[in-house]
Amino acid sequence: MPLYTNNYVLVTIFLFLGILLPVAALTFGRFLRPNNLYPEKQTTYESGVEPTGESWIQFNVKYYIYALLFVIFDVETIFLYPWAVAYDKLGLFALIEMLIFIVLLIIGLIYAWKKKVLEWK
Amino acid sequence: MEQYLTQPLSLQTFIIFFASAVALLLLVLGFVTYAIYFERKVIGWMQARIGPNRVGPLGLLQTVADVLKLLLKEDTIPKKADKPLFLIAPIIAFVPSFAVLAVIPFTDKLHFADLGVGLLYYLAISSISTIGVLVGGWASNNKYALIGGMRSAAQMISYEIPLVMSVIGVILITGSLNLIDIVERQREIGMWFIIPQFLGFIIFLIASISELNRTPFDLPEAESELVAGYHVEYSGFRFAFYMLAEYVYVFAMSALTTVLFLGGWLPPFEFLSFIPGIVWFILKFSAVVFFLFWVRATMPRIRVDQLMSLGWKVLLPLALVNIFITAVVKEFIA
Repeated sequence: MPLYTNNYVLVTIFLFLGILLPVAALTFGRFLRPNNLYPEKQTTYESGVEPTGESWIQFNVKYYIYALLFVIFDVETIFLYPWAVAYDKLGLFALIEMLIFIVLLIIGLIYAWKKKVLEWK
Repeated sequence: MEQYLTQPLSLQTFIIFFASAVALLLLVLGFVTYAIYFERKVIGWMQARIGPNRVGPLGLLQTVADVLKLLLKEDTIPKKADKPLFLIAPIIAFVPSFAVLAVIPFTDKLHFADLGVGLLYYLAISSISTIGVLVGGWASNNKYALIGGMRSAAQMISYEIPLVMSVIGVILITGSLNLIDIVERQREIGMWFIIPQFLGFIIFLIASISELNRTPFDLPEAESELVAGYHVEYSGFRFAFYMLAEYVYVFAMSALTTVLFLGGWLPPFEFLSFIPGIVWFILKFSAVVFFLFWVRATMPRIRVDQLMSLGWKVLLPLALVNIFITAVVKEFIA
């Protein structure tokens, strides 16, 4: 049986290496790449013409509705995972319990569907 | 690996862990280099072209040359960009792609962290990459980048739900989130999960292609309408890290598909078990990677409204149906 802590030490090493590689590569690249900036090079790309207006604007609300839907169903998944792992021990009661939970969320999905939230225009 | 994981942590075991993680990193970088080469070659052949054939014998050094070129490119940062976020975004996108590899078992002996929550760890960490993409698109202060970043976030969250739900069937049958247990369970029941969980497999495959932002779901970087999507403003090695993250995810997702649905290191028939497990793993893994390339060469890009309705109106209800069927079958038949 592997030691609990060793596994997390390994995970930490992976995270550390994941950060180290880009930092090291970008630092190393600094000595190799040219650095000759002038104002034209630093403008924002917009198909070759001078950029007009701001890009940091209020964005289409559709995206936030999808984000809300995502949060609801993601929380559902958080409940489904432990349920699925412990299903053998819980039996029929847990199955019906989870069925009620899923049906409630499906009603929510149907509501969003009927409200045309899922249409992308 | 097993013997070192069971020992108490000492400097020696730590060095072995570190060295093996570095070895995997180098292996993955090698995989990415040649995955890009083979992707271009395979798609070339499928479209009756030759593909890269100039740099090195058979063009084998093409990707190496591309990476070296990117290393020598100037790192331009637009004046209007949000500089700290702009600098950090590719790193946020890359780190999770490598961190998820910690839990992938290659064979029963050759694996890294043996986490009880392996699958949950993979799915949780991999969704952090969305933030890297969104931050990159926002920080660029560019209209194309912003649309690309927003689309990508919307797409990734929409397909993450069918993705995480499609594997619940596998968890139900196994009763564990540990990826090694999942493969061992496939040995016990005598078939790969692709057979009892066929619906789950199809949902998982479609959702994973979408999570990888690959054709036919590569809307975030639709070059014909958004130039390049969220990484328009990125150049040089920062751009390279976005690309690297994408291909490391190809590695991770193919390995995960192999482990979850294709029996990992198990041979297809018992009499073939004299062939080492790692060979089977590599064969199945390569088949999944090839499938991703094949889909890219075959399918046209779908429209954004089709993409969203496929995710929410088809895959999500199907994933719920799959959970329900699996639970009922397990309750009353098995």
